[in-house]
Amino acid sequence: MQFLSGNEAIAQGAWEAGARIGAAYPGTPSTETMQAFAAKEGVYAEWAPNEKVAVEVGVGASAAGARVLCTMKHVGVNVAADPLFTAAYTGVNGGLVVLAADDPGMHSSQNEQDSRFYAMGARIPMMEPCDSAEALQFTKAAFELSERFDLPFFIRSTVRISHAKCPVEVGEREEVELRHYSKDPSKWVMMPANAKPRRLELDRRLAEVRAWTETCEFNQVIEGSSEVGIICTGAVYQYVADAMPEASILKLGVAWPIPEGKVREFAASVDRVCVVEEASDYLSMQVKAAGVKLSDTVQPLPCYGELSPLAIAKAFGKPVPEHIDTQTDLPGRPPALCCGCPHRIVFKELTKQRAIITGDIGCYTLGALPPLGAMETTVDMGASISMAHGFELVMQGTKHRPIVGVIGDSTFGHSGITSLLNTAYNNGAGTICILDNRTTAMTGHQGNCFNGITLQGRSSREMNIEAIVRALGIEDVKTVDPNDMLATRDAIKKAIANENELSVLIFRSPCALLRDSFQRKKPYEVTSGCIGCGVCVSIGCPALSRDPQTGTAMIDRDQCVGCGQCQQYCHYASIVQED
Amino acid sequence: MTAQPTVYSDNATTILLAGVGGQGTILAADLLAKTAMANGLQVKLSEIHGMSQRGGAVTTVVRIGEKVNSMVCCEGCADYLLSFETTEALRNIQFLKKDGMLLVNDESIKPLPVLTGKATMPENLKDRLNDYNAHLVPATRLARIAGTTKCANVVLLGALAAGLPFSTESWEEQIRAKVPPKTIDINIKAFHAGMECVQE
Repeated sequence: MQFLSGNEAIAQGAWEAGARIGAAYPGTPSTETMQAFAAKEGVYAEWAPNEKVAVEVGVGASAAGARVLCTMKHVGVNVAADPLFTAAYTGVNGGLVVLAADDPGMHSSQNEQDSRFYAMGARIPMMEPCDSAEALQFTKAAFELSERFDLPFFIRSTVRISHAKCPVEVGEREEVELRHYSKDPSKWVMMPANAKPRRLELDRRLAEVRAWTETCEFNQVIEGSSEVGIICTGAVYQYVADAMPEASILKLGVAWPIPEGKVREFAASVDRVCVVEEASDYLSMQVKAAGVKLSDTVQPLPCYGELSPLAIAKAFGKPVPEHIDTQTDLPGRPPALCCGCPHRIVFKELTKQRAIITGDIGCYTLGALPPLGAMETTVDMGASISMAHGFELVMQGTKHRPIVGVIGDSTFGHSGITSLLNTAYNNGAGTICILDNRTTAMTGHQGNCFNGITLQGRSSREMNIEAIVRALGIEDVKTVDPNDMLATRDAIKKAIANENELSVLIFRSPCALLRDSFQRKKPYEVTSGCIGCGVCVSIGCPALSRDPQTGTAMIDRDQCVGCGQCQQYCHYASIVQED
Repeated sequence: MTAQPTVYSDNATTILLAGVGGQGTILAADLLAKTAMANGLQVKLSEIHGMSQRGGAVTTVVRIGEKVNSMVCCEGCADYLLSFETTEALRNIQFLKKDGMLLVNDESIKPLPVLTGKATMPENLKDRLNDYNAHLVPATRLARIAGTTKCANVVLLGALAAGLPFSTESWEEQIRAKVPPKTIDINIKAFHAGMECVQE
């Protein structure tokens, strides 16, 4: 028995199934899956610049005959949707399994989309485990099923599967021979003349899958009272089992396609049937489409956020435990940019210029929070640069606040490059700040194409951001140390003043959590010269606070990493480094 | 007194660990889970990564029993609330079961809005916690005596262990297997200090 998270169990299942190749882009809650897979014997695994590339690598490796695992978070599936929709047509050679890790409740995401709609839309079967043990078992089975039905297979997890641990029985790896590849344009060249017959062929394969779902062991009826029947999938099954132990339950391990016959049979066996699902109406739509009339719960289920046994008990009109009132007078505890974070001064200086800051996805999104409040938009990976161009198109020729896009190194590689290509090609103006902290920090410090660190430690090279930007024909390119306040201020002012041209500033300094490259120095302290002006605390460093009585600054020497950012903002020379 | 209704038909014990990113809640939760497993019980552990790592509020749920279904903690359902910080205890107080055990590190960590002067810490924190029958654990002080303040999380684990039905030996076995070899003695000392502080 091993105590595994869902992510670790999926990696173990893929390894046991003989998967040889893994490709992914990090994203919470999926990230640890590919890291765990990469650590296993006899596999090749890589970080790709984005999820589309990862899936295309996967489709190629599958065509060449290997079993392949691709992993991504739910919004990564949007990026990968293009190859996925057509990979259903081509089908596979070696088994191809794709993890879509959803985040209902948005613990670490910008939306709570339900990846099961992608399974339906792309016509790719999707399995949905309810704990780590099933995550291993389903993933292992998915490889065999992918080859049997000549289709990619999705595994869907949610944060409570990916990041929940339970004891799991692990097994040995089964070595699977590479399947023979031979040239076959009718299968692999999806031009209209080939795609049309392949579309019919896809429906034929799906008919086989539908027939299989009616009898497969992954869709189970847990018999209870005939009064109420509940249909559910994934982690929600555990909540239903706790809150409604008397109910009959149809637990669907295959979330798409649902076994319509089995669903109708289950509905007919109970007086009333309800669907319980999280932050979505996917399953209720599917069940209704199967011709089943659904009953309402006593109280409606919450239509967004995570479910729980309590939410389900309430929905079915059951008594729930009393509890102490939620305390409403507590100060919030939002996450913050770390002590020594190289992004801090850039944001502080951008707000001084009253810039309209279009932001992006990463640690630096925290720059949107007070006291910096330095971000006006965040939508998706790469959008900082393209949205800045959109703002500029509308505002050009008017008196307007400077427009500045802010993006991290990994996000720039993910999809910022194509956005910058667009702005350059269309003669756009404005300023783009690339915050190169030498890592993919938010998801836990993964390698990327700009730090040259690969997933399994193979040698690579550090891509040159300045050279890439210049190669697009952008001439106003400058590299700046973001820990130097005056240099940062000067560079930002000049870039903004250059109104008719696109300027790119590359702020390069390692993430303060990178042990090998970030140098912690002696902490700073506040002298008696402090007049309590409060400027230093406005940069939002967790080590800095103000005395509630006198307003003077205080530095927590245990937290201070000696970066000296605050000292540069002190007009009274009252912040000094300890001897 | 009538028994409180429950929303967990699995009858497992629910332990909610709350704290601030970087305090070592996950290590403590992992040691708890491994000890329960070594004692033949089923375990589920659920944590939230991501945004919450950067000094934000964090919670980890451990549920242990003969059978465990859900991995989440509901309001009014935590048999134990082990908080690594005082305001986080209050932030999660609604999860505590009636008659559940509330164990709180007596330390307060000011969140950023307080540091910048935009918000204030609640007054009478300890009085409010005492109103909910909190056991205050001087975890940082006991950890310092044991050898390093870094093992405050293991002091708190010891305080929790005092109420759980596992032998001292089985806790120690998991601590030895998990912490860096050089720190084993310090952590064992810290664990005992936590245990004794609740038993006194």
